[in-house]
Amino acid sequence: MGTTLRQIIFTVGGGIMNDRKFKAVQTGGPSGGCIKFDQIDTEIDYESLKRLGSMMGSGGMIVMDEDDCMVNVAKFFLEFTLDESCGKCTPCRIGNKRLFEMLTRICDGRGTMQTIQDLKDLSYTIKDTALCGLGQTSPNPVLSTIAQFENEYLGHIKDKRCEAGVCKSLLKFEINEKCVGCTLCARNCPASCITGSVKQRHSIDQNKCLKCGVCMEVCKFHAVERK
Amino acid sequence: MINLTINKLPVQVNEGETVLEAAHKLGIDIPTLCHLKSTGGCHIESKTGSCRVCVVEIDGRPNLAPSCCTPATEGMKVITSSLRVINARRTMLDLLLSDHPKDCLTCEKSGDCKLQDLASTFGLHRIKYKGEMSKHEIDVSSEAIVRDPNKCIMCRRCEVACNEIQTVGVLSGIGRGFNAVVGPADLRPLSETKCTYCGRCVAACPTGALTEVDHTYKTWNAINSGKTVVVQTAPAVRVALGEAFGMEPGSITTGKMVTALRMMGFAKVFDTDFSADLTIMEETTEFIERLKSGKNLPILTSCCPGWVKFFEHQFKDLMHIPSTCKSPQQMFGAIAKTYYAKKIGVKPEDMIVVSVMPCLAKKYEAAREEFNASGNRDVDIVITTRELAAMIKEAGIAFDHLPESQYDDPLGESTGAGVIFGATGGVLEAALRTAADWVTGKDLKEIDFTAVRGLDGIKEATVKVGDVEVNAAIASGLGNARQLLEKIRRGEAKYHIIEIMACPGGCLNGGGQPYSDGKCEDILTKRMQAIYKDDKNSKIRKSHLNPSIQKLYAEFLGKPCGEMSHKLLHTHYHGRENV
Repeated sequence: MGTTLRQIIFTVGGGIMNDRKFKAVQTGGPSGGCIKFDQIDTEIDYESLKRLGSMMGSGGMIVMDEDDCMVNVAKFFLEFTLDESCGKCTPCRIGNKRLFEMLTRICDGRGTMQTIQDLKDLSYTIKDTALCGLGQTSPNPVLSTIAQFENEYLGHIKDKRCEAGVCKSLLKFEINEKCVGCTLCARNCPASCITGSVKQRHSIDQNKCLKCGVCMEVCKFHAVERK
Repeated sequence: MINLTINKLPVQVNEGETVLEAAHKLGIDIPTLCHLKSTGGCHIESKTGSCRVCVVEIDGRPNLAPSCCTPATEGMKVITSSLRVINARRTMLDLLLSDHPKDCLTCEKSGDCKLQDLASTFGLHRIKYKGEMSKHEIDVSSEAIVRDPNKCIMCRRCEVACNEIQTVGVLSGIGRGFNAVVGPADLRPLSETKCTYCGRCVAACPTGALTEVDHTYKTWNAINSGKTVVVQTAPAVRVALGEAFGMEPGSITTGKMVTALRMMGFAKVFDTDFSADLTIMEETTEFIERLKSGKNLPILTSCCPGWVKFFEHQFKDLMHIPSTCKSPQQMFGAIAKTYYAKKIGVKPEDMIVVSVMPCLAKKYEAAREEFNASGNRDVDIVITTRELAAMIKEAGIAFDHLPESQYDDPLGESTGAGVIFGATGGVLEAALRTAADWVTGKDLKEIDFTAVRGLDGIKEATVKVGDVEVNAAIASGLGNARQLLEKIRRGEAKYHIIEIMACPGGCLNGGGQPYSDGKCEDILTKRMQAIYKDDKNSKIRKSHLNPSIQKLYAEFLGKPCGEMSHKLLHTHYHGRENV
């Protein structure tokens, strides 16, 4: 008690691997909430976490960095609730499933501004009506990510763009002019969708691309770009 | 007493009463879906609080509370119709409908569906939260009950009926989360379980997830097949059918029903009361024999196919004590296709016997392999009271305007003893009337054995039959039957005769009777009063005095429990797996 989030994450935990940028920390397990960098000096106790819209919960912490998409993070936590729901009461059994489907739509680039409103409305009603603690807290990650990272939701909906590059439907890999035609990417592509002659700039067939990112990983010339 | 306010109106309730009950006292009708409470003879209480439709705001509580299972407390301040509450209720219905087939136009339950009613009341004309829907296989394995899990809303009312009231133990929650559904263990087909087809689950189900196997079209086909199609109507049908046409519960519609059946095209309209009288002849003979020998007592009645299947699965060790008599439905079929077919010169294969029953298990009973005394199915088609009502409507018959008419002879003649088979205790009373006469050799006038009447689940009485004091017991509802059977198993029971009916209240409350949203205490009392009124108005009130029955024995059967009777009117039981 009284230790700050920063101390736990950066001192005790040793910080984020590969020096990637801190984005948020989820405290309290899947039913908790996200806390942003500007609140990282908060001292950990029941009251202060609650004030930030999160909770102590299981006492666990999950740290997200710049490579994490917060819409996807909400989806991830909700998936846990879906698995854990006993199915007894309507809001938890069907409501959480609908929240999950709405998040999936946003991640797939099929979300609208109305989807955000529906997510919020349904989340509040689930919290208000669910029978047990699981259901009453299950929408927390949804509400908390919308509150703290609304711009990421808007990015998915308006710009059809996943800033962290996690949501595959919104990704596009392209080969730029740095390509020397070494053919390494073409040989490693599991979908065999990269074509080009030796020593010529290659190109990716977007219709066949699985968006696995192998081409980008193997390229020694930084010629594959994720957009 | 507890004082609280609902929508700022003060109300007083007893300790233990719920917010929902308090609201009712003020005339506030909080909508419910999973909640079910019925008292008296058909006691059932299901308050799982799972649907969350009845939620209300309670001052000082952070979340909405389900009024059906929240006890009222002193000083409680409740709001039942704030925007927050209305919004929550609409959302719950929206979610339920988002995972519901919405094929109301073709749904069996349309018009009797609580979900449909609420959707209409709440003006849900469009589903907001659309998404994936459950995909479960529809179980059509049994002859009696169709289980469509896609229409299940997880209210668990069927589960309470099956496990707590009937103690059959077939239905329970299966799976988790979105995949959760109510069904038999391993979701095995109903036909492979110990389901008794009593139909209490169907009566309790608020949606179309549990319905009967529909035989109305099969019946129309039969009527128009060119064969001789005869129909029998069970005693409890006549006092409930009127409800389907807006008549008061307890209206005796016998005459109109007979007219309607003739108009529908049945060649002959007969009465199961006739074969109920026949059952009494056989069963009472069997009873007196056992009483004299002191062996295999108590004798248990065997008219109810749900009850028969129950003991075949769960009380195999006691299979020697039930009477070997077939039920009135099957006795009728056997006699119609032998004695009557011969009388009118029709081959049994050219005759179709249709039954109208208040029961779903009767559908299963008619399909039991051994019931082919005539060499053909003794009873070909069984429809319920609900199905008959649907057919009358389909035929465009204005039921309430019909003139009354009489059953055909000879299988339509019956006594008051036959009609009371429809109420719990009736079979036993009818047997006692005959037994008393036979034992004393007199035509006794005191024939109202009122001690065995009423809707109590278990009734006990000591009745004088001649010089013998007969200890009788009656159980209606399989949970009550279990109590008596376990007493017998432990050797604690000193009964001579026991009547058992699977449905609480007897056939009056059968699984095939018009739906009443599971709430039936008043309706049941009225149906019962009608049954006993019909008995009181009968010219003959003892089965053995039925002239057509006497003629049947003289011309065909010989004597009760004789060789011919054993061939046609008695049966044997099969031990079945208890799964």
